[in-house]
Amino acid sequence: MYPDKFGHFEEFGGRYVPETLMPALEELAEKYEDLSREESFQRELNHYLQNYVGRPTPLYFAKALTEMVGGPKIYLKREDLTHTGAHKINNTLGQALLARRMGKERVIAETGAGQHGVAAATAAAMFGLKCEVYMGKEDMERQSLNVFRMNLLGARVNPVTSGSMTLKDATNEAIRDWVTNVQDTYYIIGSVVGPHPYPRMVRDFQAIIGREAREQFIKAEGKLPDCLVACVGGGSNAIGLFYPFMEDRKVDMIGVEAAGLGLNTDKHAATLTLGRPGVLHGSKSFLLQDSYGQVSPVHSISAGLDYPGVGPEHAFLKTNGRASYFSVTDGEALEAFQVLSQAEGIIPALESAHAFAHVIKNKENLTKYNSMIICLSGRGDKDVNTVAGALEKMKIAAECEVTLEGPVEVKR
Amino acid sequence: MRIKSTFKELKSRGEKALIAFITAGDPDVETTEKLVLEMEEKGADIIELGLPFSDPLADGPVIQKSSQRALKKGMNTSAFLEMISRLRQKTRVPLLVLTYYNLVFSYGEEKFITDAARAGIDGLVIPDLPLEESSSLQSLALQQGVDLIYLLTPTSTEERIRMTSERAQGFIYCVALTGVTGVRDNLSINAEEMVKRIKNYTPLPLALGFGISTPQQAGEAAAFCDGIIVGSGIVRMVEQLGESPGNLLREVGNYISSLKESTRETSSQVRP
Repeated sequence: MYPDKFGHFEEFGGRYVPETLMPALEELAEKYEDLSREESFQRELNHYLQNYVGRPTPLYFAKALTEMVGGPKIYLKREDLTHTGAHKINNTLGQALLARRMGKERVIAETGAGQHGVAAATAAAMFGLKCEVYMGKEDMERQSLNVFRMNLLGARVNPVTSGSMTLKDATNEAIRDWVTNVQDTYYIIGSVVGPHPYPRMVRDFQAIIGREAREQFIKAEGKLPDCLVACVGGGSNAIGLFYPFMEDRKVDMIGVEAAGLGLNTDKHAATLTLGRPGVLHGSKSFLLQDSYGQVSPVHSISAGLDYPGVGPEHAFLKTNGRASYFSVTDGEALEAFQVLSQAEGIIPALESAHAFAHVIKNKENLTKYNSMIICLSGRGDKDVNTVAGALEKMKIAAECEVTLEGPVEVKR
Repeated sequence: MRIKSTFKELKSRGEKALIAFITAGDPDVETTEKLVLEMEEKGADIIELGLPFSDPLADGPVIQKSSQRALKKGMNTSAFLEMISRLRQKTRVPLLVLTYYNLVFSYGEEKFITDAARAGIDGLVIPDLPLEESSSLQSLALQQGVDLIYLLTPTSTEERIRMTSERAQGFIYCVALTGVTGVRDNLSINAEEMVKRIKNYTPLPLALGFGISTPQQAGEAAAFCDGIIVGSGIVRMVEQLGESPGNLLREVGNYISSLKESTRETSSQVRP
């Protein structure tokens, strides 16, 4: 079973953090180990997942998309229908509950698009914990609505002005806060990244996606799906969907990264596709970096995928071949964003749109599959301004009529 | 071995080590080299040079900004090692490199240690490489005679102090506070107790760093440990005076003199 007790997925994972944090990580790993076996903890978590988050989320047969792609039957795992609108809440509730059990009164979090920040602030509000969120200044401008939501929920949002002022730097700053306040503070990491036990813990909290989907699919089709598809930034929704299928060797797993403006430019975030092993934010995984190991600036239209690292378990799954990783560009994601909106009446998060874009783009190669599940990790309300702006800018205006105020119309 | 003999020599004189940190390549390589020689001249016993990393998560704003400036000026691992080779011809002071693990990993552990030893590096401080992940680098360092310097902190458990003491070489870098590097108003009150705790486990010299910038803080710290480490205080001068290297050298020189003086006074007071 991976990871081992030091958090290693073969050569990936581990703990690369300042000594100050090592005792806290040891304590956290122990406490988590105990609680994950404690029935009352699981019962309490399940109670909130059902009654507060709205689980189980539906597994929806996307008929129109299936016809459009013309191959496999496509089912969508509807994480967009959870409270707060993305899978992030599965993890923040689990960790906030853990923080409370550990007697911590203050929680901190990093956020890119603001979805994890909102989910952390939500869980903190419900459990009466003090919450501070680190967010790159540039992201705060891009996602001002989420900043407002976090403030409404009683969280303080600290702008991060170092480095590229995005998710990577927000994570640095959250780690620095934790190093300083480790005695009374719990750090809620938002993805399957960071030092052990986070990649494992976040995977376990997100694995409910795959457990439900597996059961729902078998109920609907009487067999297992042939293929799973999910977007990968840090990779938590993907691991959450994949993990319960890990031993089902016939089920293929596909992760889709952000190719930004293209893999041949320096403006992308395709870590597993173009990166090489490295250490960032406490674990060894794939990393986008220069020849000396300095972390590269990255780009994606989707703030949630705009990250130079990736969870160590994905590096492990790529290396051992259990999962395959591909990438799609900003433009392809934008197109899928519109296609899903119009075909299914579902506006997906730009992150999730990457998974759909891969399927639409590769429909000829996917005819070998009879069925697949795509993880619809979040809803796209947060992205409509970004999309409207981008469409205008990218002059896809030739095909669509776009106004910043009005809806996006695609001419068929 | 230079580290060991430096501490030994200082001890025989009843002095405490002054370890001075600057970021290599800030404001530029030429000034860094001059600063090293100036600091040695004015009493720095060991010099720690930061090989800058894009994401220095154990550092506060002063050293973060310094790292960014150095990287913008083109500092990288090869340029760093070349600089060390040149310095080694001009100075006998022990030279430490402080960097983050990804730069070592990316360069290749074996190649890094070999090239560092050849250039004249005496010790290696990697704040994001704890005991659990350091065994391969440590054995390479042992082979090449480079000391891998471990850090211990106020949060370190007795068990971790014991395990670290078994492996440590050169000296132990005691982190005075729970936090990142930077200038603080007061010396952390937990520092003395921590140093005493660590002393129970190891005969190695214990040097205290993080939050020490004034001669008074240096004096207070020197009273209960074997060396003090000053970084952000010097780097802040580089930030302010980087444009005029003449003034910078003079100011840093004076600052080092005053720090060294305060550690001597304390040392002579406590000498039996």
